[in-house]
Amino acid sequence: MTKNYTFTIYSNDQTGILNRISAVFSRAGLNIEALSVCESTHSGLFRHNVQVSCDAQTGFRVSQQLERQIEVIKADFYHQDEIIQQELALYKIASKSMLEQTLAEQIIHRHHARVLSMNSEFTVIEKIGKRAESQALFDDLSTVGVLEFVRSGPVSISKLMTTESLQEDMPVFKQHATCESENGQTVETSS
Amino acid sequence: MKSASNTSDPMTINNPLADQELPNVSGAESIILSLLAEGVSQVFGYPGGAIMPTYDALMDYEDQLEHIMVRHEQGAVHAAQGYARASGKVGVCLATSGLGATNLITGIADAYLDSTPLVCITGQVFAQLLGTDAFQEIDILDISTPVTKWNIKVTQASEIPAAIAKAFYIAKSGRPGPVLIDITKNAQIDCMAFDYHPCYQLNSYQPTPQPDELALVQAARLINVAKKPLVLFGQGLILGAAEQEFLAFAERCGAPLAATILGLSALPTNHPQYVGMLGMHGNYAPNTLTNECDVLIAVGMRFDDRVTSNLDFYAKQAKVIHFDIDPSEINKNVAVDVAVLGDVKHTLPAVTKQLDANKHPQWLAKFHQLHAIEQHKIIAKDLEPKTDTINMAEVIKCLNQQDDNCLIVTDVGQHQMVACRYAKFSQSRSLITSGGLGTMGFCLPAAIGAKFARPDRQVVGIVGDGGVQMTIQELGVLMQHQLPVKIIILNNQFLGMVRQWQELYFDKRYASTELSNPNFGLIADGYGINNAKVSSRAHLADAVHTMLSHPGAFVLEVMVAQQDNVFPIITPGASVADMCLGTNTAGTSDDNSED
Ligand SMILES: Cc1ncc(C[n+]2csc(CCOP(=O)(O)OP(=O)(O)O)c2C)c(N)n1
Repeated sequence: MTKNYTFTIYSNDQTGILNRISAVFSRAGLNIEALSVCESTHSGLFRHNVQVSCDAQTGFRVSQQLERQIEVIKADFYHQDEIIQQELALYKIASKSMLEQTLAEQIIHRHHARVLSMNSEFTVIEKIGKRAESQALFDDLSTVGVLEFVRSGPVSISKLMTTESLQEDMPVFKQHATCESENGQTVETSS
Repeated sequence: MKSASNTSDPMTINNPLADQELPNVSGAESIILSLLAEGVSQVFGYPGGAIMPTYDALMDYEDQLEHIMVRHEQGAVHAAQGYARASGKVGVCLATSGLGATNLITGIADAYLDSTPLVCITGQVFAQLLGTDAFQEIDILDISTPVTKWNIKVTQASEIPAAIAKAFYIAKSGRPGPVLIDITKNAQIDCMAFDYHPCYQLNSYQPTPQPDELALVQAARLINVAKKPLVLFGQGLILGAAEQEFLAFAERCGAPLAATILGLSALPTNHPQYVGMLGMHGNYAPNTLTNECDVLIAVGMRFDDRVTSNLDFYAKQAKVIHFDIDPSEINKNVAVDVAVLGDVKHTLPAVTKQLDANKHPQWLAKFHQLHAIEQHKIIAKDLEPKTDTINMAEVIKCLNQQDDNCLIVTDVGQHQMVACRYAKFSQSRSLITSGGLGTMGFCLPAAIGAKFARPDRQVVGIVGDGGVQMTIQELGVLMQHQLPVKIIILNNQFLGMVRQWQELYFDKRYASTELSNPNFGLIADGYGINNAKVSSRAHLADAVHTMLSHPGAFVLEVMVAQQDNVFPIITPGASVADMCLGTNTAGTSDDNSED
């Protein structure tokens, strides 16, 4: 059965890594519905959040193929019940509709949105929430006219009591920091 | 030829005790020094604008690093594959930017599917020209991403040694594979302080998963209680150099042993427990009895669809144990009951220790019974034909009779299947064939690479009249290097394998499969290569003898039956247990035809 899944993929910072990751999804015939990339709690390591619709079996296979990529440290995937999600939406409206009508003000207030920036020409409104909420605000604001509208796509965090500790998944930490080289010398490896 | 360990120069450079300053060299020279530090003694390649600085540097190291100039970059990468597969070392190839790099792609893809360790170095335009559609600029990093284990673009000289060190480590460790390093021209020209540190570890990469003790115990327990165990072995044994460990395991558990195409030669063909090859054109007994065994033990193989056929009807009755080094192979195609992750060199002995000594005479007898049917219906006719024309199988038999220890390199098509079915092997790494990709044109360059790696072995290429024309220009390498590779062209004047499918599944409509061939002998003459042509059975043995005993390269063209088919065959979509043993039943799953 097809469901929404969110993948959390930790990788090194290497040129082309996003291509490699997205290629795994496209090869499996999956469209990426939302994507965000940020530095993880480990500096230098990146966290890619990818949302797709697929069945559990495909999700499992994709996570295996992702972990197979050399620069990927770990790829977890979560069903929607296992994560907390939020998204950010920005709306640009003409400042004159703010000044001339109280309607816009009321809408912003009713939706618990806020004005992020305002000048004589336009006003930018920010809404943080679920997709349905940002959509509802868009629908209401449309009555006064929306010049531009953008949504971040959801960012997610797992509900499991886990930390972002990647130690276990990184051989450098896992094995002791020396190993035999081919000519028998012991070599120090940096971690 | 240089021995692989001849790395003295760069190693002294590397020695921190040598109280010299780090040598200042060009990026191009650092490429050569890095290759030498990795023990490389031969590279295959083709020059061009963006890689010229590296070729220039190579000239100063000719005595340590031999460059074999092929006639097309595809030849370079296939030769590097042949080299790697014959020797177990990393194959290295060089090409220029754009067209040179794209010409490598087929071979890189082939190496990716067949887990062959390669380091491919491509030149790239100057860094400041990247992204401008400069002359011969192609984004090879993007193109190669889906077919490389890892790839990297290097734009600064100082980054070269570390990139090469990482590339070698990744290519050869864990499940091996091809890597590509794209190096801009400025990086090759600029100078840097050379210092080489081999790579032994990466933060994001666990080449060999730690075996799970419980899995080892469970695997042994299942094997011990099995009444009808069947072992399927693949190339993992060869890549892991675990042939001896496998033998001990196999002889202890007493199970019948079947090979995938890439597993061939890991076990001597005459081993009493060996029951043949799996797959679409494999042997009748191991395919059929896959659906009767109670425990299926897969060792270093990946349940390719050519082996499993329709997964809905594959070994559903069996408990499955899967030994593999690559976690992404576990449960990919076939659901397993016990996954033994790790290097088979270690996991096999750990399981063997816990095995009861067993024999399964009745179960093995069942394989022999089915083999007798195949022998009667197919093998006897293949090997002892009553026809006027020579057929492919008797050529392989004739070769076996005169040299039972040659290293066979095949191309792709009917002759490949026939060679794999009938060739006898007595030592590992005796068969090199394009398995996962099935690339025509592979044979000649791969045989060249194999001969450079193993000059001590008799290397014989078996190729079709179609496939040989895909890379025939590499005869130039045989000529130039006086390389004693033997090539047998099995000429049926058709793209035989495709013709067979047209006969069986496309109403005998032979669309574009009949070949108008050149005079192969004249072509060989043009390259100064000895050659012969046989059309009659009476002259076959002599011709093979002449070829094998000739000290140099030799092209032997054998005219074979034009419209022969390879049997048995599992019709696409059918179950492994429904092998067709003859033309009358091909296309149906009913195989009770008598002749
Ligand atoms: C590069 C490439 N193109 C096309 C194919 C499809 N194909 C598979 S087998 C075959 C026929 C091979 O003919 P030949 O080399 O004469 O060998 P034969 O089957 O007759 O032994 C073809 C065209 C292929 N495997 N590789």
